[in-house]
Amino acid sequence: MTDAPLVRVEHLTHVYPGSDGKKAVDDVSFEIKEGETFGLVGESGCGKTTTGRMLVRLLDITSGSVLFDGKDITSLRGKELLDYRRQAQIIFQDPYASLDPRKKVRDIIAEGIDIHHLAKDREDRDAQVSRLLASVGLRPEHLTRYPHEFSGGQRQRIGIARALATRPRFIVCDEPISALDVSIQAQVVNLLRSEQKARNLTYLFIAHDLSMVKYISSRVAVMYRGKIVETGPADAVYENPLHPYTKALISAIPLPDPENERTRKRIPYAPREQDLRGTLREVDDGHYVLGE
Amino acid sequence: MARQEDGIVLDVRHLTVHFDTYAGQVEAVRDISFELHEGETLALVGESGCGKSVTCRSIMGLLARNARVAEGEILFEGQDLLKLSNRAMREIRGGKIAMIFQDPMTSLDPTMKVGKQVAEAVRLHRKVTKGEAKKRAIELLDLVGIENAEKRYDSFPHEFSGGQRQRIVIAIALACDPKILIADEPTTALDVTMQAQILDLMKDIQKRTGASVIFITHDLGVVANVADRVAVMYAGRIIEIGQADEVFYDPRHPYTWGLLASMPTLHTDDELLYAIPGTPPTLISPPPGDAFAPRNPYALEADRLMDPPLFEVTPTHFAATWLLDPRAPKMDPPENILKRRTEYQVRLSERSAAL
Repeated sequence: MTDAPLVRVEHLTHVYPGSDGKKAVDDVSFEIKEGETFGLVGESGCGKTTTGRMLVRLLDITSGSVLFDGKDITSLRGKELLDYRRQAQIIFQDPYASLDPRKKVRDIIAEGIDIHHLAKDREDRDAQVSRLLASVGLRPEHLTRYPHEFSGGQRQRIGIARALATRPRFIVCDEPISALDVSIQAQVVNLLRSEQKARNLTYLFIAHDLSMVKYISSRVAVMYRGKIVETGPADAVYENPLHPYTKALISAIPLPDPENERTRKRIPYAPREQDLRGTLREVDDGHYVLGE
Repeated sequence: MARQEDGIVLDVRHLTVHFDTYAGQVEAVRDISFELHEGETLALVGESGCGKSVTCRSIMGLLARNARVAEGEILFEGQDLLKLSNRAMREIRGGKIAMIFQDPMTSLDPTMKVGKQVAEAVRLHRKVTKGEAKKRAIELLDLVGIENAEKRYDSFPHEFSGGQRQRIVIAIALACDPKILIADEPTTALDVTMQAQILDLMKDIQKRTGASVIFITHDLGVVANVADRVAVMYAGRIIEIGQADEVFYDPRHPYTWGLLASMPTLHTDDELLYAIPGTPPTLISPPPGDAFAPRNPYALEADRLMDPPLFEVTPTHFAATWLLDPRAPKMDPPENILKRRTEYQVRLSERSAAL
């Protein structure tokens, strides 16, 4: 892992058309270092998915900028945008809805290879797809099957292979395990981690399962109503939350430990205007909290 | 907390439910038995397809048309619910036994004022005037924490947040002071902070009304929070059942070990998570023996051949694995499960020292 940020997000803002100027993402800034996993947490509607989609240019950036490896990708078009999309991939939340039901697994995985002309010939294409399939733990006979023939966990593996196919450097993982059963979640998270090590991948990991985010991320950011209210090393944010919203969020995580659940104190949070004002201030090494 | 000597409200015996599908007969629930005690919360835990929802739908008499109860009985107040006529079952459903569904978006009528939806539930089971029903509905909305209940009576579901909607669904379920409340993943669609509030609300209501609760979930964190007792289901069977502390701190079935080990705690760091290999079996002619055996590194030969009975660990704790047979070789659970056990024993001794 080097210290140079691979992704630098500055004052990112998104306004959905027809929302009367309401900012779904409001002046968000953060950096992701090469090879690291950066976790983005928050409740539904807080803007975390919108942020992730802007980073891979699936959504237009209303204002602000995204630098990828030092290059501004905010308003890339045509060939340059295509090249960026090869390097920045996304894994979606719902493995049931994100795979084309009419395509065979081989062609789903190869789509990126085809679009970006990454294979010399048919043989090379098939060889690449087979390697990808094996690396996500599926078997060769799965190549000619359709998505509906797979379980949720297997479909998410296909989604991961599809994202890896273009040899990206950066992957936005948008709630990749939320739709999966507990025993399958661990399999998929382990797969993401081992691929990250093998390929030196950089992840933005979006989720609402806070224990899993802590486990997989080195640094996290907490979003609330379109803003980042706190960010820092995962351990610091979880063990020493500073923003009142983060405090409430961390105190609400249910843990598989009855004794702990009986004795825990939940911190309620009543939204206040002033909690969302000001800028991110550094309070400890790399640990920032929103305030005036 | 519920004790063994408390009365039994519901007694499920040898329940077996089959579904007829084009692919064949699916054995969704395979000979499960459990008791629900007065005032307790029993959590049914397991992954999708393990039979937890089918079990509850059998109790409610809400099984799909292609489902068949092949065997068993469900005893409630001296009668077998499975033998009741539709009409008699309608009296019980929503009256003495009520259900809270997962998705508050779809379990409310979007075109009807919420107050009216609560009042309707009251009038369905009680001979009261419209005015009395309205008064009761406002009380209920107030009870579940809807502020300005009298004003909000005339609001529509879309005017509420997800958490508030689930509160309204709970108010409807409480309309007739049910003896048993069945909650099917009531907080799964909610954010953690909202989830925490709804769990607190359910515990509070249970304390006030004395209802017994069957709580279905796949989230072990939620289970640890609400449950007095826990039944872990796998492939249509209860493979472990016991008091919450017993199941969380001294689990005996390797599937329970796997579930607990595959969840990161806030202290799990760099090492890879323990992942249960493989996937659950299909329930069209499921394999003999312990259905978990093919995914179980601890499985004995016997687990593959013969159905393990529920072995008694303590008078309140049972697990269906041949590992508990006196003839079985001694085998230690994985390290993090042992750690749970030791940590708990330390806490117990600290507690008794403090007394």
